[in-house]
Amino acid sequence: MNRMENLYRQIIMEHYKNPRNKGLVDDERYNKSHIRNPSCGDDVTIQTLVEGGEVKDIRHEGSGCSICCSSASVLSALLKRRPVEEAQYISTQYVNMVSGQSYDTDVELEDAEAYQGVKQFPARIKCATIAWQAFEDTLGGDDDE
Amino acid sequence: MDLDFDIRADFPVLDDETLVYLDTAATSLTPHRVLHKMNDYYRKYSANVHRGVYRLSHEATELYNDARRTVARLINAEEDEVVFTRGASNALNMVARMLAPYIQEGDEIITSELEHHSHFLPWQRIAKERGAKLIFVPLDQNGRIQLQAFKNVLSPRTRVVALTHVSNVMGYLTPIEKITELAHAHGAYVSVDAAQSVPHMEVDVKRIDCDFLAFSAHKMLGPTGFGILYGKRKHLDAFEPVEFGGDMVGIAEKDTLTYQKPPLKFETGTPPIAEAIGFAEAIDYLEEKGLETIREHEKRLAEYAHKALSGLEDVVIYNKDADAGIITFNLKGVHPHDVVTVLDDDNIALRAGHHCAQLVMQWLSVAATLRASFYLYNTRDDIDRLIESLKRARDFFKDAGL
Ligand SMILES: Cc1ncc(COP(=O)(O)O)c(C=O)c1O
Repeated sequence: MNRMENLYRQIIMEHYKNPRNKGLVDDERYNKSHIRNPSCGDDVTIQTLVEGGEVKDIRHEGSGCSICCSSASVLSALLKRRPVEEAQYISTQYVNMVSGQSYDTDVELEDAEAYQGVKQFPARIKCATIAWQAFEDTLGGDDDE
Repeated sequence: MDLDFDIRADFPVLDDETLVYLDTAATSLTPHRVLHKMNDYYRKYSANVHRGVYRLSHEATELYNDARRTVARLINAEEDEVVFTRGASNALNMVARMLAPYIQEGDEIITSELEHHSHFLPWQRIAKERGAKLIFVPLDQNGRIQLQAFKNVLSPRTRVVALTHVSNVMGYLTPIEKITELAHAHGAYVSVDAAQSVPHMEVDVKRIDCDFLAFSAHKMLGPTGFGILYGKRKHLDAFEPVEFGGDMVGIAEKDTLTYQKPPLKFETGTPPIAEAIGFAEAIDYLEEKGLETIREHEKRLAEYAHKALSGLEDVVIYNKDADAGIITFNLKGVHPHDVVTVLDDDNIALRAGHHCAQLVMQWLSVAATLRASFYLYNTRDDIDRLIESLKRARDFFKDAGL
């Protein structure tokens, strides 16, 4: 696998072309967070529905590069229907993985494993984490918009 | 003279023979000569300027003052019209601050969607503060500022015209001399962002006749964090300083002060001495090569690149008729950041993003673009490499199903 194939794994491109849980909903029960990376224009909005300590639903919308958009889709598929604390924990492990820090390798990251290659591209770490940052913001309970 | 050979050896970053550097519009490379000159300052006569009466300080001051003469000569200004700043952004902000007190409610400030953030946001701010109106010259269908469009927005209420000389995204040259003439006939001040023009062509402030003009050293082989504000002497005499402290002051008392004469009136604190000296060396170097020769060289490269890029399927070029060595484009269906990662993998440095000019991105209706920009150290070989790498990127993402 060359460097490009290592970054742009098939799973990533597949999520980019066929994103899961895409499109926001007009429902006040959802928490929303919008993050825009001013340097590159990546723009992601995440909506989560948290009920009874569980992440019941995750929606996303935005525009940006393949790494950024696909990771919003991967995130939504991976963290939906998880207890909030678990979702938070997994998110932290993912962010640590792509930024080259130590992380809990026992955690099942499923499709998100495919972002392993990102750590070799420091300029792209931001792209791979922006949706996750927005997701974590929605768990804070504050609606920023 | 042909610049295609030998020049690369002058630039230490290009010791890496596989590197293709196509991001001069963001910042240029620095030649050995400039680095040596700056090093010499710290190694041989590191001392403050204007202050010490000992020999070292005197030597430093001499070189520092020479630098101002060199800049003045470059743009055909008088020495006391050349203010040293932290860069073009700093200089353009200073202009807005200097003129702010003269702007009344209902006055109009003409600017354009081609502006770099540093030339539009300060005026957006001043307009809010003073209750003035920000007016945008409508761009023509190619994104150019045309004289007629400017005439249409010029009015008796126009107080300031703040326009770029060359756009850092579209590479268009603004008809600034005629604009200045018209603006002056309406009693307006003219501020010119010359960050992309002075490095690449002969710019004569007397011929343009603008009131203010700004540029940065790092886009013309000099150091970062250093730049120039040119201001007409009568304005620098009349306007209040925007910063206060050491060096700008004449006599300080508890409740009054007198100012130094311009340009010192606008320079506060210990200046970037090595940077000034290094910048002068960069100007000497550029003048030895000849700014017009460099411009011709860039033009040939840009033509070559335009032709090659146009021949590539799936490439969209946004500024086919650019006047400067700047090509802004995209690969259809692939986000510029994804493209740039493949180029980077081939050791080609090129910018992807909005280039600190979000208004022109909005005008183009794109979130981001790729931008290749050329300087004296670029060659046809660089462009061939770029094309090969773009093909690789296109094929790679096609295979991935994009
Ligand atoms: C047209 C234009 N104006 C202003 C600037 C700002 O220059 P600096 O960042 O050196 O202040 C730039 C550089 O990015 C530019 O391209």
